[in-house]
Amino acid sequence: MTTNNKMFGILVPVISVLLGLIVGAIIMLSSGHNPIKGYVALWNGAFGDMYTLGETVRRTTPLILTGLAVAFAFKTGLFNIGAEGQVIVGWLAAVWIGLVVDAPMIIHLPLAIFTGALAGGLWGFLPGLLKAKLGVHEVIVTIMMNYIALYTTNEIIRSVLTDQKTTSEAISATASLASAWLQSLTFYSRVHYGIFIALFAAFIMWFIIQRTTYGYELKAVGFNQHASNYSGMNVSKNITLSMVLAGVFAGLAGAMEGLGTYGSISVMSGFTNLGFDGIAVALLGSNHAFGVVLAALLFGALKEGAGEMPTSAGVPTELVDIIIALIIFFVASSYMIRWAILRFKKEEN
Amino acid sequence: MEYAIEMLNIRKEFPGIVANDNITIQLKKGEIHALLGENGAGKSTLMNVLFGLYQPEKGEIRVKDKTVNITNPNIANDLGIGMVHQHFMLVEPFTVTQNIVLGKEPTNKFAMIDIAKARKEIQALSDRYGLMVDPDSKISDISVGMQQRVEILKTLYRGAEVLIFDEPTAVLTPQEISELMDIMQSLVQEGKSIILITHKLKEIMEVCDRCTVIRKGQGIGTVNVSDTNVTELASLMVGREVNFKTEKSEAKPGDNVLSIDNLFVKDTRKVELVKGLNLDVHAGEIVGIAGVDGNGQSELIEAITGLAKTSSGSIKVNNKEISNLSPRKITESGIGHIPQDRHKYGLVLDYSIGENIVLQTYYKKPYSKAKVLNYNEIFRKAKDVINEYDVRTPSAYTKARALSGGNQQKAIIGREVDRSPDLLIAAQPTRGLDVGAIEFIHKKLIEERDKGKAILLVSFELDEIMNVSDRIAVMFDGKVVANVKPEETTEQELGLLMAGSQVKAGENSHDHE
Ligand SMILES: Nc1ncnc2c1ncn2[C@@H]1O[C@H](COP(=O)(O)OP(=O)(O)O)[C@@H](O)[C@H]1O
Ligand SMILES: [Mg+2]
Repeated sequence: MTTNNKMFGILVPVISVLLGLIVGAIIMLSSGHNPIKGYVALWNGAFGDMYTLGETVRRTTPLILTGLAVAFAFKTGLFNIGAEGQVIVGWLAAVWIGLVVDAPMIIHLPLAIFTGALAGGLWGFLPGLLKAKLGVHEVIVTIMMNYIALYTTNEIIRSVLTDQKTTSEAISATASLASAWLQSLTFYSRVHYGIFIALFAAFIMWFIIQRTTYGYELKAVGFNQHASNYSGMNVSKNITLSMVLAGVFAGLAGAMEGLGTYGSISVMSGFTNLGFDGIAVALLGSNHAFGVVLAALLFGALKEGAGEMPTSAGVPTELVDIIIALIIFFVASSYMIRWAILRFKKEEN
Repeated sequence: MEYAIEMLNIRKEFPGIVANDNITIQLKKGEIHALLGENGAGKSTLMNVLFGLYQPEKGEIRVKDKTVNITNPNIANDLGIGMVHQHFMLVEPFTVTQNIVLGKEPTNKFAMIDIAKARKEIQALSDRYGLMVDPDSKISDISVGMQQRVEILKTLYRGAEVLIFDEPTAVLTPQEISELMDIMQSLVQEGKSIILITHKLKEIMEVCDRCTVIRKGQGIGTVNVSDTNVTELASLMVGREVNFKTEKSEAKPGDNVLSIDNLFVKDTRKVELVKGLNLDVHAGEIVGIAGVDGNGQSELIEAITGLAKTSSGSIKVNNKEISNLSPRKITESGIGHIPQDRHKYGLVLDYSIGENIVLQTYYKKPYSKAKVLNYNEIFRKAKDVINEYDVRTPSAYTKARALSGGNQQKAIIGREVDRSPDLLIAAQPTRGLDVGAIEFIHKKLIEERDKGKAILLVSFELDEIMNVSDRIAVMFDGKVVANVKPEETTEQELGLLMAGSQVKAGENSHDHE
């Protein structure tokens, strides 16, 4: 049974991706485009040269972290819709430290990253606490926290960080994740050291969940709160902790954007979507740390590669959104795929 | 056409385990045929093969002398085979009629669902077999016993000639059980044939014509019920002599381990259910709590174990006050708890057996160090417990969910006893288990007593209370109303005390008001 589940955990996403690409091809065909050309353009747009490769990695970085943020909470049976808001406050906090603190890099950069993570954690703490103590549903609270983050952050940028401007100053170089050698390697793409932080975070999530007593408790609470309570675990503490750590991951994603990609923060007209994409990444990655990394890379590549499709294949970029939606659709309806696999296996014997 | 169904030399494997190995069962037309075996013997698996849920690796299935290939439940339905599952498959917000027609909706000439027609048919079926089911009730409003009858009606409505009942009495009250036996008899009188899966020997003796025994996946044979008796069936089932009378020596009670004084506890709805209870349990004795369900037993246990708060009164273990401490503190002060609801409290079903074995000790050495788990140690411990407590599982890595109820229970008991607590609370430890497992569990409880541990046993089975306890505390309306010795009382007297009767509550009673 366990081996079966593991097999499905890998097969379902892979098949979903293939199906998404196939249906995407059919849509291109039926709208008069050449799907082969379209996909070649997509590939080139994502991996064609060192520059696009760098940009793909740059896009992947925050997606890994928001994917982890959703997956982590899910292990405790919580649905963290709030990664979006946690990203925003993490971004703001990191940039703020990057702007106002004056210190050598060895202190400044870690401090900025840490503050971003802390802000995200705080943003997860509140819904976690409300859920744990009062049973308020985390989905409702995190959605509201997203709006609070968005509008408060915009106001702070306008009135505190700047004088009614829409973009903050650039952070000091001592707080920047930008990497000269990564940039020179990739024809000055915006890729930065954040990717190593994201990969390390994925390892940390795997380690916490699979190897520590914290993970043991978090999963137990996710599976069965009654038995967890019976066995002496503190259920409220675990629910809160899970949301805090989820928020830390998302806050880090924001810090990556603020300290790495942009080096500043701007007033946002709407959500960054990094947090919402994180939900899709976690779903496609089967809520597993390694799966999340792969799913984030896929989404990063699709989104980056999309830019190339109109110019060299005449395919509109929206097609990539359709493919992503299709992939999510197929993963979500994994029941159908499981059924088909079982059917297929039966026919074999 | 002597046989309605024949399953010949069936073999069914699961990864790492042969659930059915060369089993033959032949169901005569119009008989009630028992399928007897311990938990995990492979009964459900065999019937799932017949019902088309599993494909056998080997063997032949014949229906009315014709070899058939049942690859899914629809084929089984078409062949007139119906199954009343152990866990009901009903849609709660739907009515009885809606549930029964689900998937086989009758239509009128406009292709609309003709619920009125179905309703009439169902009413007729219910009347014919004396089921007394109201076709218009919602499932969520009717009792478990009634829901089971809806499942029976569902199979009849689909034209079943052969009905399979998978441990139907496990969820029923004694009254409902005797009604079900009547229903089964009226079904066979109307020409149906029945396979009754059970491990309750009394039921077999009462209603069955023949009985096929399987043990650890092996077919042992088929006997005529009129030629056999309970003792023989039991030894066929477990493969050795079974003692129905629990052997134990005189208890040698020592110091007070648990002492409860004037305890009050409210349930989740704030209703007071424990009302000034006094109770002592000494080292080296088993105190059995007898009482009708709902007289505060669950709340008492939850209060002792920290799962519920007390309103007032004191609970001392080894002379230390433990009331309203956290469950972890209470566990660490030397209490083990075999919970009444093993799926809700006893196990994390999605964790492996190994992970479940360390549910209260994972944070201690050697299972973890500096918060990092040591899975080698965890699974080594789990393997020890599995061996010592005879937990039948493909491995320590198997999810708890995949084990049969009896083996889940043995794992819980192994875990609790292995921690060697001074006070062991066993709430309905043998509910739903077969005689072999029951005997085993009773032996373990007595062994712990003989090691000088205090045991508090709560059970609704008077047999069990009388057999295992050294002292019986009768609970009624939130209080212990009498303390009696099992050898100085009778089931009749206990029954009266449990019903709140004050007649000769006995000189032993110490907190009568
Ligand atoms: N789907 C399954 N996968 C793996 N093992 C199973 C499965 N179903 C049952 N088993 C195993 O097969 C054996 C027989 O189980 P079962 O037929 O449910 O026993 P019974 O109904 O007699 O209690 C048990 O050891 C059980 O753990
Ligand atoms: Mg069974």
